[in-house]
Order: sequence, then C-alpha cells, then structure tokens
Amino acid sequence: MASVQISEAEKVYIMHGVRDDLRVDGRGCEDYRHMEIETDVVSNTDGSAKVRMGHTDVLVGIKAELRRPRPNVPDEGYLEFFVDCSANATPEFEGRGGEELGVELSNTLYKVFNSHRSLDLRSLCVCPGEHCWVLYVDVLLLQCDGNLFDAMSIAIKAALFNTRIPKVRVLEDEEGGKEIELSDDPYDCLRLRVDNIPCIVTLCKVGHRHVVDATLQEKACSAASLLVAVTPRGAVTCVRKLGAGSLDPDSIFEMTETGKRVGKALHAPLMELLQKDESLGKKRQKVGFLA
Amino acid sequence: MGHGTYMDDEKLTASVAGEVERVNKLICVRPLKTRYNGEVGDVIVGRITEVQQKRWKVETNSRLDSVLLLSSVNLPGGELRRRSAEDELTMRDYLQEGDLISAEVQSVFSDGALSLHTRSLKYGKLGQGVLVQVSPSLVKRQKTHFHNLPCGASIILGNNGFLWLYPTPGQQDEEEGGYYTSLELVPLSDREVISRLRNCLLALAAHKVLLYDTSVLYCYESSLLYQIKDILKPETMDEIVMVTRQRLLDQEG
Repeated sequence: MASVQISEAEKVYIMHGVRDDLRVDGRGCEDYRHMEIETDVVSNTDGSAKVRMGHTDVLVGIKAELRRPRPNVPDEGYLEFFVDCSANATPEFEGRGGEELGVELSNTLYKVFNSHRSLDLRSLCVCPGEHCWVLYVDVLLLQCDGNLFDAMSIAIKAALFNTRIPKVRVLEDEEGGKEIELSDDPYDCLRLRVDNIPCIVTLCKVGHRHVVDATLQEKACSAASLLVAVTPRGAVTCVRKLGAGSLDPDSIFEMTETGKRVGKALHAPLMELLQKDESLGKKRQKVGFLA
Repeated sequence: MGHGTYMDDEKLTASVAGEVERVNKLICVRPLKTRYNGEVGDVIVGRITEVQQKRWKVETNSRLDSVLLLSSVNLPGGELRRRSAEDELTMRDYLQEGDLISAEVQSVFSDGALSLHTRSLKYGKLGQGVLVQVSPSLVKRQKTHFHNLPCGASIILGNNGFLWLYPTPGQQDEEEGGYYTSLELVPLSDREVISRLRNCLLALAAHKVLLYDTSVLYCYESSLLYQIKDILKPETMDEIVMVTRQRLLDQEG
C-alpha cells in the first residue's frame, strides 16, 4: 500500500485529534470522505462501476461467461476476483510491485463473498451440473489514497447492481443433447439481487480510538487495522486483521461493533443512489474518466 | 523562443499551459503544473529524507532533493562555534528522516539542486500542525511568508507549494529557537481553526486561486457558514471559492 512519511510531531497531532473526535480534515471518527460513484463506465463489460473517494480511484468491470459449475456445488454459479494494482496508482506498484497487494486484496474478496447469505449463487445456474454463469470481477486500482478495501467493495456492489446477464434457455433436442439459446432481445437480461452484498469497512486503530476511512497520514500513525465485511442486515461475513501491530480483544470487539454500525448505515444511501442513477436511464450524463 | 514555447509554422506557440512572461523579445511560458524551481531567498517548507555525512537531504517538491548543510543550521542554544566531529555523529538528534523544517534558499547548485539554510530563529524544525501540498505556482511571492492569521492559527506559505498550518505559539516559545518541539495537547478550538483552514486551502487550490494571506483569510470567513467536513464537497467548494473571488475582486477595484 502507498505510504507517506510523517514526523513525530505530526503523528502526535493526529492522534490527539482522533482522541477528541476531530480529525485533520474536520471529520469525526466515523465519517467517510466525499464519495463519487458512477456505473456503466466501461461499455464492453456486462457491468461496471467507478468509485472515487478522496484521491482513491477504483474501477470494477464484470464479465459473465458460461462454464461448468464447481463439482461440489453443481447448482450454483460462482465469482472469480482479480485485483490489478496499476502502476499509475503509486510508484511502489511499478513492475511487479503491486502483485503482492493485488493477491492479498483478491483473497480477502473471496473470503468476504464466500457466504451464502451475500449473493444468491443459485440464480446464476443455467443447467445444474453442466452450465452456470461465472462472473469474472476485475478490479483496477487507478489511484491510491488510503482505504482501498472500502472503495473496492462499494465499487463491486455498484458494478454487480449494474450487471446485466443475458437470459439463456436450455433446449433439449431428440438425441438428448443440450443446446443453449441466447435470447434475441438485447435488453432481455437477468439482474442480480444485490440486497445482501456486504460492504467492507476498514477501521484503523490510532492511539486508543479507531477511525473509519483513514487517509494515508492517519494510516502512518496506526499500527494495526481491522477489516469487517458487513451486510445490510448487520451480519458480518469476514473479519481480518491487517498491519504489524497488536490489538487486544476488547478493542477488537469495539471495532467490530463500530464496523457493523457504520457498515449498516452505508448500505441504505448507497442503494438509494444506485436506484436513482438507474432510473435516470438514457438521460444520465456520463462523466467517465476525464472529469 | 523562450522556455515553454516552440515554432509551429512560423507562429510562436506555447507548449505548456501557464503564464506568459515577456522580457524585451524573449517570450517564455511558465507552466501552472510544475515542480518547484527554487530561487535565492525563497522560503520553503521541506521534509528530511536522508541524513548524510555532513548534510541532510530535504524533499521540497523540486526535480532534485535539496541540501541542508550542517554548517547552515543553528545549533541548539544558539552557539556560534565550529562544527566538530561530535556534531556530525549527533546529526540525527537534531533532524531525523521524516521531520519537517522551514528554511530559506541560500544558493542554487549548478545542477539545479537548492542549498538551504536555517540560520535565523524563525526557521527550523516544525512541531505539531498540518501540512498541505499544492502546486508551487499557486503561492504568491510576498514580502513575508509567515503569517499569524487573526482567526487563531498561523501559516507558513512555502514557495515550493508546501503550506504549514500550526497553532499560534505562545510568548514563551519564541526564545527557544528552532529545535524545541512541543508535544503538548493542542486545544480543540485551535484544531477546528486549523482543520477549517486546511480544507479552505485545498478548496482554493482545486480552483486555482492564488494563495496569500488575504485570499486564505477571505476563504476562511466565507466558509464559516458550513461545517468543516462539508467544505470539501464539490457544491460547497464552488460556493465558497466564488464568494472569495468576488471579495478579492472588490478589494482590488
């Protein structure tokens, strides 16, 4: 992850500020930065979204393909994640520098979305045991300014909401062979139910308190952070500890509670925004990459 | 014919976006988005990146790291003595990697690197506060770059685009010189002023407004209508900067 150098005096200032619930940019400990979300930015994908939070920029593209389902769950589809830390994000990602972080992010996403409660994978099944939809979720980090996990999870949720999977019918012919027929209408598609998809909340421990949506300077003052994936109903699908420092059990409990509260509060406005964006339809002004 | 221009079919065209400078027949274009090009006498705020044998390397947002020689700093206590071998070994006690300093440009090396000095009590290591980074071309050249703003905080407008906001020091701190950093708790009221100023500086920088004490103060006053954390929302930013620009125009006219 990108890092900045800060002096001891700056660290003390930041930690005292967090203790008094007034961070350097005026936010409280549980406030997010201003977020901009745009869906349907990449035309040759089945669903896409771009999230900008402060200077962190994340682009997610989703492509659906037909494959054989996994042998142990023949009536479900699945998701494949791939995170690419672009060298544009920060000089540390030059060449193969971003690979380790990319692999770590992908693995976290697999854990977060592993639960049955998050996405109804049965809706992705076309023909049990033979064909199912596989969603390839590609995440591209364009700019890195702290809080990658949160921005990524919001972008994935927005992209899944935006995903349109073409409807297919399975036809049986006389010899028993199966044929897949794609619907003629390009607008006849399957939409995913994103009601229960979790969002990741990263909490960084600064001094004795913890902050949500830490900037790179605040991250430099924190020794450890906790990553909590929360669904809209408040269920926690994944908890991970990041960083080299230690966390005692009481603070882990406190941070998990805060994560649940902040996560739940994040979902409702997000869904509202996505639905409003959808309803604008063709009249929506696309901002895209050059804003 | 000067920097930032080229001949395109007999017509002189600018190759970068910026301000035009004319000296007799020499036309140059100074770009808006650029690294800091230091000049002698500029006040800068920089961060120590390396501690070398008799000098420190300072990051100042220029093409090359600037140099702060051991002989160019005031040793604590204000003594004027020759630098001994012991001083070399205890350099890290004065300034470490990551520390912020305010300094003045003493000279420019032939390769373009700047040589800094902190040979005055007003320069030296910076204590608690907030650093804001903007483009160097947005900082107006003025007589003094150290301002104690009436709203309750102080600011150093470094020519290199590094702006330092800090709580106004009390009377007793001024005799300490450059190396005492107070790690005492900064009161909440001062913090609010500093956070608000920080957001105002970012708002002004985003709208490419020239930064100097008056523009920063006007922006602060017009931001008082809003909560500190709302200042950076795009609509609020537009509002505040528009009011500031209007006041600055009225003041000039």
